[in-house]
Amino acid sequence: MDTTNAKAVLQQLNDASAALRDARSGVEKMIGERLGEAATTAGHAASSVDPFVFHFAIFILAIFVGYYVVWSVTPALHTPLMSVTNAISSVIIVGALLAVGLSASGLATTFGFVALILASVNIFGGFLVTQRMLAMYKKKQK
Amino acid sequence: MSESAAAFFYLVSGVLFILALRGLSHPATSRQGNLLGMVGMGIAILTTLFLAGPSFGGLVLIILGIAIGGTIGAVIAKRIAMTAMPQLVAAFHSLVGLAAVMVAAAALYAPESMGIGTVGAIHGEALVEMSIGVAIGAITFTGSVIAFLKLDGRMSGKPIMLPSRHAINLALAVLLVALVIGFAASESHVLFWLVILVSLALGVLLIIPIGGADMPVVVSMLNSYSGWAAAGIGFTLQNLALIITGALVGSSGAILSYIMCKGMNRSFISVILGGFGGDAGPAGGEDMDDRTVKQGSAEDAAYLMVNANKVIIVPGYGMAVAQAQHPLREMADRLKEAGVEVKYAIHPVAGRMPGHMNVLLAEANVPYDDVFELEDINSEFTQSDVAFVIGANDVTNPAARDDKSSPIYGMPILNVDQAQTCLFVKRSLGSGYAGIDNTLFYKDNTMMLLADAKKMVEDIVKALDH
Repeated sequence: MDTTNAKAVLQQLNDASAALRDARSGVEKMIGERLGEAATTAGHAASSVDPFVFHFAIFILAIFVGYYVVWSVTPALHTPLMSVTNAISSVIIVGALLAVGLSASGLATTFGFVALILASVNIFGGFLVTQRMLAMYKKKQK
Repeated sequence: MSESAAAFFYLVSGVLFILALRGLSHPATSRQGNLLGMVGMGIAILTTLFLAGPSFGGLVLIILGIAIGGTIGAVIAKRIAMTAMPQLVAAFHSLVGLAAVMVAAAALYAPESMGIGTVGAIHGEALVEMSIGVAIGAITFTGSVIAFLKLDGRMSGKPIMLPSRHAINLALAVLLVALVIGFAASESHVLFWLVILVSLALGVLLIIPIGGADMPVVVSMLNSYSGWAAAGIGFTLQNLALIITGALVGSSGAILSYIMCKGMNRSFISVILGGFGGDAGPAGGEDMDDRTVKQGSAEDAAYLMVNANKVIIVPGYGMAVAQAQHPLREMADRLKEAGVEVKYAIHPVAGRMPGHMNVLLAEANVPYDDVFELEDINSEFTQSDVAFVIGANDVTNPAARDDKSSPIYGMPILNVDQAQTCLFVKRSLGSGYAGIDNTLFYKDNTMMLLADAKKMVEDIVKALDH
C-alpha cells in the first residue's frame, strides 16, 4: 500500500519535472528568439552608420587622450617623448606588411618593401635610442 | 584571425602606446612605459601577420625587410652621440613621412591587399584619406630632410629667403588642394604622383626660411605632421592602431610646438613664416665699444664659486657644441665636495630640440633631481651667489625683460643677472642666434670667461683641485 502511494508520488514528481523542463526550454527558446531579434536590429542600426564615423570618433577621442597625456609628460623627458612618438608612429608598418604579404602587383610589393625597411629602421632605432636615453636619467645617490 | 579579433588587438596596441606616453610623466616610470610601447608594436605586427596570412615568399620578404631595417636602426641607436639627437629625430621623422608615401602608393597599386576596393574602383573615401596622408607624408619627408641638414650643420642655419616665397607657397597649397580633389574624383595615377611632387616641393620651401634658433619648433612641428600622416593612412586602411597612434603623435607634436613658441614668446605663425635667427647674426649696436666688459680667468671663477653658498648652472646649445657636459659635471662634483649647493636651470628652448639639455646632463650622470625648469628656479637667482652661464645667450638677455624696443622683448628669460655674480662662458663677445646684443655682458656683476666652453670648464676643475 505504501509502495503504491510512493509510486504515485514519484510519478507526480516526474510529471512535474517534465513540465518544468518543457517550460524551461520554452522560455529559453523565447529568450533566444528575442535575443536574436535584438541582435539583428542592433546589426541594422550599426550597419546604417558608416564605419568612418566610428573611426573618426576614435580619432577625435585619441586626440583628447593625447592632449592630456602629453601635458603630463615632464619637460625633462621631452626629447625621449619625441623619439618614442617617432617609434610608435612607425606602426604604419602594418600597411607595409599587407602590401608585401598580400599584393599581387610587383610595383606595390616594391613600395611596400621600401616602406617596410624604413618603418623597421624607425621602430628599432626609435625604441632603442629612447631606452638608451631613459637609462641615463638617474636619481641622486644618497 | 577574424577582422573583429584583429581590430580588438589593434585597439590593445593603441592602448599600450597611450600607456607608453603616460610612463614619461616621471623618469622612474619612463623605462617601463617604453617597454609597453615595444609590446604594443609587437602586437600590432603579429596581428597583421596573422590577419593577412602571407604566402611563404611574402613571409620571407617581410622577415628580410624587418631584418635589414631593424639592424640599421639598432646600429644607429647604439652609435649615435647624444649631442646629435636633434638631427637623429629629424631624420627619423623623414623616414615616417616617406614610409607613409610608400604605403599609400602600395595601396593605390594593390588596393585588394588593403581591402579598399580594386584598381580603378577604390572607394572615394579611401582616396581622399589616402591623398591627405600622402600629401602630409611627403611634406614631412622633405621638410625633415632640410631640418636634418640644418641641424647637422651640412646646410647653413641661416634662413634662406626666396623672393615672394609666401605667394609661391600659397600657390602651391592651392594647387595641392586642386590635385587632391582631382585625384579623389578620378583615381588617376598621374595626379597621385603630382600630389606627391607638389608636397615634396612644399616641404622644402616651408622649412628653408626658418633659422637655426627656431629649430626646436620645426622639429616639434614635423613630429606632429608625421602623426597626422600616419592617421591619414590609418583611415585609408581602417586600422585602429594607426588611427590612435596618429592622433597621439599629432597632438604630442602640436603641444611641444606650442611650448617651444611660448618659451620664445613668438606666435606659431611668425615662426612658420620664417626669417628669424641665423647661424651668426650681425653684431649688435654701434655704441658697443663704449661699454666696458669685465673679463676673468678660470682661477677667478674657481675662487668665486668655491667660496659661494649656492651656484646655479645655466647650460645652453653652446655646451652641446663644445661637448662640455662631462667636465661640467666634474666641476659641479668638486663644488659639492666643498659644500657648495649646485643646481641646474634649464630654459624651455635651450638647445635645438625640446628637452635637449636634460638628455645631455643625464648623459653626464647629473641626477635629474638637481635639474630644474625655468618657472621652478627663476626665483632662486636672487639668493644665489653665482650664476654660471655656459653656452646659453639669448635666454639670459635682460633686454627681453626690461627693454621694450628689443626684438626679443617678452620672451621668458632666466634671471641670471639677479645673482650676486654672473659668470658667463663664451667663445667671443659676439651676439647670440637672434643677432641681438646681450646687455648682460656690460653689467657690473657679470664676469666674462672668454674661451671654448669645454677648455674653460676643464681649467676651472684644475684650479679647484689646487
